[in-house]
Amino acid sequence: MATYTLNINKKTHTIEADPKMPLLWAIRDIVGLTGTKYGCGIAQCGACTVHLNGNPVRSCSLPVSVAANKEITTIEGLSENNTHVVQLAWIKEQVPQCGYCQSGQIMAASALLKKNSTPTDADIDAAMQGHICRCGTYPRIRKAIKTASQLITQKASTK
Amino acid sequence: MLANTVTRRDFIKIGGLSSIGLTLGFYTPAGAKENSIELLTKESAETLGVELNAWVSIDTTGKVTLMNHRSEMGQGSYQTVPQIIAEELEVNLDQVQILFAPGNGAKYGSQLTGGSSTVRGAYKHLMKVGASAREMLIEAAANKWAVSKTDCYAENGFVIHRASGKKFGYGELVQEASKLQPPKDMKLKEAKNYKVIRQSLPRQDTPLKTNGTAIFGLDKKLPGMLYAVVERNPRFAGKIKSVDDTETKKVPGVRHVISVKMSVFASLREGVAVVADTLWAATQGRKALKVQWDDAGFEHLNTEQLFTRMRDDLKKPGLSQRTGGNADAVFNKAEKKVEAVYETPYESHSCMEPLNCIAHFKGDSCDIWGPIQAPDWIQSLLTGLIGLPPEKINVNMTFLGGGFGRKAFMDYPHEAAVISKEINAPVQVVWTREDDMTQGPFRPGAVYECKAGLSKQGNIQSFQAKIAAQNMDHQWPGADKSTFNGSTVEGLPEGYFESISHYSFSDIPTESPIPVMWWRSVYSSTNGFAYESFIDELSREAGQDPLDFRRKYLGSERYQSLIDTLEQKSNWKARGKNEGWGVAITECFKTTVGEIVKVSRNADGKIKIDKVIAVMDCGWHVNPDIVKGQVEGSIIMALGAAIKHETHFTDGKAVERNFDSYKMPRINEIPEIEVYIMDNEEKPGGVGEPGLPPFSPALTNAIFDLTGKRIRKLPFNINEV
Repeated sequence: MATYTLNINKKTHTIEADPKMPLLWAIRDIVGLTGTKYGCGIAQCGACTVHLNGNPVRSCSLPVSVAANKEITTIEGLSENNTHVVQLAWIKEQVPQCGYCQSGQIMAASALLKKNSTPTDADIDAAMQGHICRCGTYPRIRKAIKTASQLITQKASTK
Repeated sequence: MLANTVTRRDFIKIGGLSSIGLTLGFYTPAGAKENSIELLTKESAETLGVELNAWVSIDTTGKVTLMNHRSEMGQGSYQTVPQIIAEELEVNLDQVQILFAPGNGAKYGSQLTGGSSTVRGAYKHLMKVGASAREMLIEAAANKWAVSKTDCYAENGFVIHRASGKKFGYGELVQEASKLQPPKDMKLKEAKNYKVIRQSLPRQDTPLKTNGTAIFGLDKKLPGMLYAVVERNPRFAGKIKSVDDTETKKVPGVRHVISVKMSVFASLREGVAVVADTLWAATQGRKALKVQWDDAGFEHLNTEQLFTRMRDDLKKPGLSQRTGGNADAVFNKAEKKVEAVYETPYESHSCMEPLNCIAHFKGDSCDIWGPIQAPDWIQSLLTGLIGLPPEKINVNMTFLGGGFGRKAFMDYPHEAAVISKEINAPVQVVWTREDDMTQGPFRPGAVYECKAGLSKQGNIQSFQAKIAAQNMDHQWPGADKSTFNGSTVEGLPEGYFESISHYSFSDIPTESPIPVMWWRSVYSSTNGFAYESFIDELSREAGQDPLDFRRKYLGSERYQSLIDTLEQKSNWKARGKNEGWGVAITECFKTTVGEIVKVSRNADGKIKIDKVIAVMDCGWHVNPDIVKGQVEGSIIMALGAAIKHETHFTDGKAVERNFDSYKMPRINEIPEIEVYIMDNEEKPGGVGEPGLPPFSPALTNAIFDLTGKRIRKLPFNINEV
């Protein structure tokens, strides 16, 4: 066991954990933020995606020791009131069905749009194909990313 | 105003509505938050004053609480159940609190969320529940004003006196209303007057699923809860020979290592549970466990053996489900005989949320929390297994991260209850993805033999089908294995039985130790492939257009409208060169769906699925956008089972253990999908599943149209056609 400082959603948490323990379990079971999901444990489905220093990472396969002292953002920290453009677009397009994979999908989409606010279909494919949705909400995910992109453009033009 | 506690609780039985009641309760839900889902336990329900057989509660502030008595696994019951009640209750859905009803089959009727049954099973009851509450509120207002109730109406949470415009909020009337007799006759609204039903209102659970606040089974925690993972026999039927837990017990945080047996249909599955303070410690402890299994006494089958057995079984006489005329004789004399064999694979449900369940055994009662499709089934099963009466087994619901039939099975709640009882503490049993994918139950593999006689003019004279597959019903304790599979004709539109005089459908139950269970759309998911591929083959043998051929046999006005819509939306007659178009029409849970798939070849020669057009006739329905979403999702799930994944077995064990080998469709592989809903007021059919069966035959029929190659076995590699 070792002591780590985790900066999650701009809050500092000091935790005791096995260095090999994946960040996912530190977030869920120690810090108590359950929006980040366990889906496969081998970085194949994307349900556990969080931002590490702004980049989307698979928290199920990232040892907690590697994430210490870095900026971690989870779905709970994406916005205060469900008002991030990606969240707004997800609501507008009524994307979720069961919803279990959607935290990861939203974290991936928000990371994509931060780097590229006008993604093409190919950009969306590249950024999102690591994420499984068993309910099959993919058409709406694609649509919502385009809607979010438009919202970003609208915001920029009204400034 | 009443105090913040229950001062009076009136439970009123509505005349003529068995098992359906109405509570106009007086309570202010302690700690209830706007826009948040309250997870209601039996205890908290009693504190709140909510009678458990009530769908509607209104507090003195006018706050309306509606119960969802079914599981929410993505299909939308959390929206559609309240949306139906709200129509007649005259409330705005945005202002309503929605709670999951705990398991209580005696009060809610069946709570098994399966067979796409929520709306079609309860829609009239739910409308009456809303209408009776409304009528009682109107009567209470009329009494207060000393006017006739026919001079008053309800709207948006208020009762209004038509002449004067005076109004009362529902909260001001609830006390008086609860003293009244519920109306005996309720006239339900006509469809043309709907304000809430038939609207694509945004789902009330969407905001909870975009910010991480929706509580799934795996997210639920109880104070003092421990975590368990279970090393189970990978071969479904073996026994524990020996356990060495020396290293496991050295792992910090591990508290208990115990042997457990779980009920899996008529047998018990043995395993060793590692219980720890954290899930991580439990999984580390499990890795250090050394278990030897006694795998004698049952077959260690592999996939090829299973399918050989099913093919051999087809030579046996079948158990007959449905026959008409004299199909054998007609076939033998037919001008043209067509025969084909189709094969469909075993599949894993692979819900995104792996199985998990919390149990807290307290001696004289047991609390269960989890992603569950059948709370009342769990109560019945556990009663016998842990020795408590059903009413002492409190099954509490969370959101489900997918279900697809798997979470109607009760092995994982049983496991949790057994472990909690043994260690005398609340425990959450968590299945890893590998556990979830390898332990089953699976969708059964199947082999179909179809044959038909055609006349010179290409008319179907006889249609016969025989299925060899494991029979799901035969697995239960005491099952009569001489009974036919009642699902042999599922998937095939009923219209064929009216237009074809000579037919026979039978099955041969194949024996295997592999547990099998419903998988989205159940037998239709595989029957549909066989039957609609075969109908397509017949149309080609007859030299007729596949859509027109179906039109000849599906004569009713509803079928004809659906086919007309398919033709029109796909522009069927205008298919270009180098395009392959295929159609399939199936029927599942009283809903008919037609799908047209359009394929072409990429520059590299590989087949590309360009577009899917789906037309669903589910009759009366609630929320068109949810219906469309269910069809989109069903098509994508079918795509996976057609061209991406299959569960194989080797030496009695499932081979595919995780998404690296059980490949799911990804966003870059999804064709454009258009969904249309037939507009009529016929009895409602299912929505969550019927969109799935027609996709795979429509795809392979399209590939035949393009290439002349007939695909009769799923899954197939689309890159190698």
